[in-house]
Amino acid sequence: MLQVDAIHTFYGESHILQGVSLNVKEGEVVVLLGRNGAGKTTTMRSIMSLTPPRHGRIGFVSRDITRYAPYQIARLGLAFVPSGRRVFSSLNVEQNLRLAQRGNREGGSGRTIDYVFRLFPKLAELRTRRAAFLSGGEQQMLKLGSALLADPKLLLLDEPSEGLSPAVVAQLGEWVRKLRDEGISILLSEQNALFALRLADRGYILEKGRVQHEAPARELLDSNEVRTYLGVKFSQSA
Amino acid sequence: MSVESLAVELLSAMTTAGSLFIIAAGLTLVFGAMRIANIAHGSFYMYGAFLVSTIVSSFGGGAFWVSLVAAPLIVATLGMVVEVTVLRRVYDKDHLTQLLATYAVFLILADLAIRFWGAQSRAVPTPAILSGSMRLGAASFPVYDLFVVGAAAAIGLGLWILLRFTLLGWRILAAVEDSEMLAAKGTNVRLLYTMVFGLGALLAGFGGAVVAPLQSIDTGLDANIIVAAFIVVVIGGLGSVAGAAVGAMIVGLFQALGILWTPSWAPAYIYLAMIVVLEIRPSGLFGTAEMA
Repeated sequence: MLQVDAIHTFYGESHILQGVSLNVKEGEVVVLLGRNGAGKTTTMRSIMSLTPPRHGRIGFVSRDITRYAPYQIARLGLAFVPSGRRVFSSLNVEQNLRLAQRGNREGGSGRTIDYVFRLFPKLAELRTRRAAFLSGGEQQMLKLGSALLADPKLLLLDEPSEGLSPAVVAQLGEWVRKLRDEGISILLSEQNALFALRLADRGYILEKGRVQHEAPARELLDSNEVRTYLGVKFSQSA
Repeated sequence: MSVESLAVELLSAMTTAGSLFIIAAGLTLVFGAMRIANIAHGSFYMYGAFLVSTIVSSFGGGAFWVSLVAAPLIVATLGMVVEVTVLRRVYDKDHLTQLLATYAVFLILADLAIRFWGAQSRAVPTPAILSGSMRLGAASFPVYDLFVVGAAAAIGLGLWILLRFTLLGWRILAAVEDSEMLAAKGTNVRLLYTMVFGLGALLAGFGGAVVAPLQSIDTGLDANIIVAAFIVVVIGGLGSVAGAAVGAMIVGLFQALGILWTPSWAPAYIYLAMIVVLEIRPSGLFGTAEMA
């Protein structure tokens, strides 16, 4: 479904991604692990063409999207959920959602705002609240909800657990499973390896802009090497 | 001073404020969404006024109402052409380059205006239905002043509805905040920018059209208005439409009071207003500190 082929991405002159290749198959949950600065976010930004790669190729649903503009990529069914508090804070919850809702594609899921409100009843209560005044967990709901309304085939979740309380992180896990069960493929980047590997089918480990390792999630969870490599985060979340 | 003459002065201040608001609203919208301080905004205003004069002198005074719609639409089209051909190329450049680009457009449009309309100033007669004055007690108001204030209020209401209740308006607000995320959600931000710039030019053109009967129309209008419009926007806070409304009222009042108290110093008052406001709130009344 998503095929990233040896992409090289730069910020100005600094060479951030040095030939990253990865793929996500239909219905899969794939995790990108790696320390801060390993290139996880840049990989996602490259896929969305927000920071287009200089070399390499990106294919999505059997199209070459390497030279597409971000809005065209979004319209093909790729939804990017950035990390942190990136909601439109001057708009209220409902305006954020309605802005995200595209005309439902033919054969699309036909998800509506009511569907999002059923999934996240909290958002229905906060419907007229400005997004600036939502808690971290509520903003995460809003980001996920608006991504769903774009009717995505593949969801790019950039560090979804960042800055969330443990209770909300547990909930986040449920949401991600639910989305996968609805047939949405997911690529998520995480520093919280334990959380991510429990959700994922497969994982990639990024280091200094390169893929160091690729394996099924179960294998990565049991691998001593990986435990040592990502040790800090394991102990934090365990 | 009598209550009546104070009322007359207030209305005149509100007339100034009204026309300034219409122009400054467009300027601040464009700045908010694209972070471009568009000097050529003054040119769009001047073209609005000139186009009204051309339409009225060709088709007679009855065409004033048509020109009030046609002139802004022509100017909006011109604005979109400018956006596509010039501004689109400088969004990712530094402020100086952007400023030079819009200044270049300003100069080109000024020369073209001399070519089209000549250097002589023109006048547009006030439409019959709005000429004369209205008596209220001992005071008399020019009817056209009320019309300008009403037009400004209508524009303000229209923009409020746009930004509050329409998808296009929300997109504009979202672009002001985070254009990258807006694009990642499937909005063609380039096209949106062209539309916002067109809307900005439309407002400038409408501002010029509305005040056409109030002043002599010549090729210096563009430079005169842009300074005042920028002061209004800076006082109100760059990017804020509500700020433009309040800024316009402050400038209008200061100017009217200046004329009342010390006529020869009148122009200094609007700068004084700006200094006072920026001393208290450096990002303007409705501005937020520099957005990332």
